[in-house]
Amino acid sequence: MATFLFGERWPCFSRLRDVTVLPDLGYGSMVRYIAVRLLSLIPSLFGLILLTFIMLHAVPADPVTSLAGENASPEQVAELRARFGLDKPLVEQFGIYVWQILQGDLGNSIFSNRPVLEEILARLPATLELITFALVLAAFVGITLGTIAAVRHNGPIDNIVRAVTISGLAIATFWVAIILQMVFSMELNWLPLRGRFDVAYPAPPLITGFLLIDSLLALDLTAFGIAAQHLAMPMITLAIPAIATIARFTRSGVLETMQKEFVDYASAVGYRRNRLIWIYVLKNSLSVVIMQLGLLFGALIGGAVAIEAIFDWPGIGSYAVNAILNFDYKAVLGVTIIIGIIYGIVNIIVDIIHAFVDPRLREGI
Amino acid sequence: MLIKDFLSRNSAGMIGAVLVVLACLVGISGPWIVPDPDAAFQTDIVNRLRPPSMEAWMGTDHLGRDVFSRIILGTRGALGVAFIVVAASMILGVTVGTIAGYEGGVLSAILMRITDVFLAVPQLILALALAQLLKPSYLTVVVALSLTYWPFFARTAYAETKRIASGLFVEALFSIGASRRRILCYHVLPNIAPAIIVRATIGIGFVILTAAVLSFLGMGAPPPTPDWGVAVAESRQFLPEAWWFALFPGIAIYLVVLGFNLLGDALRDFVDPRIRRSS
Repeated sequence: MATFLFGERWPCFSRLRDVTVLPDLGYGSMVRYIAVRLLSLIPSLFGLILLTFIMLHAVPADPVTSLAGENASPEQVAELRARFGLDKPLVEQFGIYVWQILQGDLGNSIFSNRPVLEEILARLPATLELITFALVLAAFVGITLGTIAAVRHNGPIDNIVRAVTISGLAIATFWVAIILQMVFSMELNWLPLRGRFDVAYPAPPLITGFLLIDSLLALDLTAFGIAAQHLAMPMITLAIPAIATIARFTRSGVLETMQKEFVDYASAVGYRRNRLIWIYVLKNSLSVVIMQLGLLFGALIGGAVAIEAIFDWPGIGSYAVNAILNFDYKAVLGVTIIIGIIYGIVNIIVDIIHAFVDPRLREGI
Repeated sequence: MLIKDFLSRNSAGMIGAVLVVLACLVGISGPWIVPDPDAAFQTDIVNRLRPPSMEAWMGTDHLGRDVFSRIILGTRGALGVAFIVVAASMILGVTVGTIAGYEGGVLSAILMRITDVFLAVPQLILALALAQLLKPSYLTVVVALSLTYWPFFARTAYAETKRIASGLFVEALFSIGASRRRILCYHVLPNIAPAIIVRATIGIGFVILTAAVLSFLGMGAPPPTPDWGVAVAESRQFLPEAWWFALFPGIAIYLVVLGFNLLGDALRDFVDPRIRRSS
């Protein structure tokens, strides 16, 4: 997979590929590129913080009154307000907040009174594990389906794949989650209803934060099985719209590539059809799909909010829902910022991978 | 003529058009075509959680209300929210996008930067937060979703306007002294309309899904308003026995969104001959 993605050399083929092969860029220019991209994240993040801050404070709602309860005296409310700095003018609150962020402090949760950053970082691996595996599953299934559909263009298989992909984007994932729970947990009792791991079984030592990987590293197959069983349903649910998107883009990419002359040439000189399609055509078609990965990642984080709430998955999605229900401003802001950072970094990574896979783009770096 | 041409070419688009028209008819005439209007709202504890039968085609819910009637009545809310959100986002997004695309320079950079910031906000989290802060209602759902959906229109309008504005005819118009407003409203806008309409059609399906998530999480229409997302959420406590209570509202969402997606895809193929050729 790695050589396939990052380009092996085919001397006989290099002249045939319809791409201009540019001289490979040195290590230094890559570092500079990454640095520039990371720096350009800063104004976007500032905008994101400002926007979320304004939106959350522009609405006429008061977290303190609901936190203090109905029986609280005005003095108690005022004291709580002062404790969280909510009595200061908005501009000052914003200034203090940005200053805190620059020092790596996202403030304390109004609800639990613990540092927001700490709470989010504790829950981040669960979400990343869910999203990563959903994306890997979606890429695998989506690319396979899309390629088969393109090869069997306009045949019955193509029509079936088209129906599946259109349905995948029309179906409500929260509903799929509940139907899966009903069938596989409640009726058949095959998979656990909710949660990320079995409380009765000792968790594997924390290394990567991904339970599947940690249990493998600890050589604990029982733990691996438990983690996989818990992951299965949320992962599949989350992957469904992503499978549909990836299959669509793969299909149109492969169809376009198959019309190129190098394909005719390669099949004329006797390349076996399967090898030609699954390696050479696919490699030249995945550019569009990779461009979608960044957007998909963002969509998956959004989708994870509802899925995590349904499966009690202890990630930042369910954390965000709880924070919203508790009017916990700092926590909501914190989650938004962390997701914004992750989203930005993922997009940079996607662009770098893209440049590796598609040499035409290296010129732009 | 154009419509006939379009539909005869594309059977999937035909199915989509039929689903969309049906959904709109049900949405408009809902209260009059419902089999028994009382059964949709009145609590009837004796008949609670009855499986589908001749009297209640899709069974009854935990308060003994008819699931089928409530699905019919929920259509109007779902479609109404989606239409308003898409219309509002379209007006805002297309205005920002065309101005940024035509002007270029600093103004364009600022406008598109703002658009990008809005795009980076996790849409669902912001919509949920706004909905919760403003007290759940259809209006809050509309405000929250419009605020997070307009950048998609701005992006499309921006790219299209840039493409159109570089055309020779725009330069010609400019040289004979056409005003900026005239060029944008009478010449650029009609040219970018097809792309915007395609975006809007697919957007309606997308907004229906997002709005359903909001109501599912309890931040949409307050009960006892009939709502598909709320119904799925309420059914959770009564599973797996009351499967009909969870199943049918989800199918309703699926069919309506499917209709808009199929129609949008067909429209895109029709509008863009380049894609038509490859599919």
